[in-house]
Amino acid sequence: MNIIVCVKQIPDPETPAASFKVDEAAKKVIPAQGIAPVVNPYDPQATEAALRLKGDGKVTVISLGPDTARDAIKHALAMGADEGVLLSDPAFDGMDNFQTATALAKAIEKVGGADLILMGRAAADWDMGVVPSGVGQILGLPVVTVAKAIEANGSTLKVERVLDDGFQSVEVSTPAIISISNEFGEPRYPQLRQIMLAAKKSVQVWSAADLGLGGDEVGAANRWLPLEALYVPKVESNVEIIEGDSPEEKAKNLALKLRAAKLI
Amino acid sequence: MAGILVVAETVDGELTPFSTELLAAARSLSDQGGGQVTALVPGGDAAAQAAIAHGADAAISATNAALTNGTAENFLPAVEAAVDSTGADIVVMGQTSLGRDLGPALAFKRGTAVAMDCTALAIAGGRLRATRSCYGGNARAEHTWKNPLQVVTVKGKQFDALVADASRSGSVSSSDAAGESRIKVTGVSRAESEGVKLEDAPVVVSGGRGLGDPSAFSTLESLATLLKGATGASRAACDLGWYPPSQQVGLTGKTVSPDLYIAVAISGASQHMAGMSGSKNIVAINKDGDANMVKVAKFAIIDDYKKVLPALIEEIKKLG
Repeated sequence: MNIIVCVKQIPDPETPAASFKVDEAAKKVIPAQGIAPVVNPYDPQATEAALRLKGDGKVTVISLGPDTARDAIKHALAMGADEGVLLSDPAFDGMDNFQTATALAKAIEKVGGADLILMGRAAADWDMGVVPSGVGQILGLPVVTVAKAIEANGSTLKVERVLDDGFQSVEVSTPAIISISNEFGEPRYPQLRQIMLAAKKSVQVWSAADLGLGGDEVGAANRWLPLEALYVPKVESNVEIIEGDSPEEKAKNLALKLRAAKLI
Repeated sequence: MAGILVVAETVDGELTPFSTELLAAARSLSDQGGGQVTALVPGGDAAAQAAIAHGADAAISATNAALTNGTAENFLPAVEAAVDSTGADIVVMGQTSLGRDLGPALAFKRGTAVAMDCTALAIAGGRLRATRSCYGGNARAEHTWKNPLQVVTVKGKQFDALVADASRSGSVSSSDAAGESRIKVTGVSRAESEGVKLEDAPVVVSGGRGLGDPSAFSTLESLATLLKGATGASRAACDLGWYPPSQQVGLTGKTVSPDLYIAVAISGASQHMAGMSGSKNIVAINKDGDANMVKVAKFAIIDDYKKVLPALIEEIKKLG
């Protein structure tokens, strides 16, 4: 089965809140000093799913982002994916999810499509989780979201989905798009030898023009969901530090406070 | 004609509590000039009437059997028909398993955008402005729409449902619209509920890497059991194998919003905050007074949890 995995590079979600800064005028996150961007935490699980399902097929990794997003592709290649494509163009800067889905859909068509397109359930930066649906709408493919397990039986895929309050089993025929949830299980960790091999695998770079996207389609100015403001909410710290001469006395005072507030 | 369409959900013919929150959100938009509120309600006339009692001006009872346990593909034509018949320019759904799929499917089908998991909605200049949390809760984004139709999903427990008012009246029509789904549902199972389910627990006691010792979780469990709550863990603690990943609270784990969240030795990285920032009251027990978790807490004890927790458990037992 030929599979395409879409991955994204994002600011590290483990970044301490104190290091997280926003340029409110530019409506952009200021990269935290000394904290390298990482692969979106759901994406290695999508790559893992692809590697388990590919059989004698091929796994192609696509990422849209700045030049550094090459690292996210290399990570998937080191896990065992075969080829990478980086969609990178200054004109892509500040795009919304539908524009991203449009560019990914064009790239998926340009690589010749696939039996299965896998993505993480959401990107942990904007956390919308709508790009799979967008690509599905554009390419006319069915979309199964938040998968915890996939079993391929010929052209039929049996998918276990995570619901708010349980699980759902569904079946869908290829070609299809599936987004993978963290419940899928641990992705494999690239070994040194694979990392060396990945360095030799090719990563093509495509621009907006390569994808046939015009200047009136890409970029922040053409968003369908304009970003009016981006800011760090003021945390009005109203914390009451519970005092006491000993840890035990503090504990007692906390218990009394919680009871007074009817929380216990 | 402007207006607001609420896509309600029902379980066994009853409006879900989340749907009543959506109706309250829509009512508020209507009061700001957003137009009439129409609820699209599967599950029967009683649920449609309940939607009116909870704030809708009118309801469309969606009667097609395909909508029972249906996928977004089943629902999409029903919602599109309701958008067309009401002329709504705002569609409000819940950030539920259904809304997560239906929101983007509707938006992209109709050539417009969707904002997911919104925490606040307002009408400004006759148009919707939606606020949502991003970057793991570290930032807020405010969005508008370029194209006429504005689709949002709303985060749970952000809007207080209105008390049902049976004297409210409104028209109830019915619609048989539904679509075929290329995705065949072959089974549904509810999550096994061993003890109190983390997501539903009124009290959650969580521990992080700062515990320094996996055996500390048994003390956390004692406290959680005493408070009829559940025990959670940060990703760092789960990655170390100290607690099962199924109990992880955070971006790549469970999202909880209990009345009381007790964070023990958790610093409060955005990865973790994303899963619990909706908690009504946070208690931080941490050695580090500068920890982010302490800043967002209502009450904090700056001390060694090893001494604090046993004493806290004893005191709570004494209070009975």
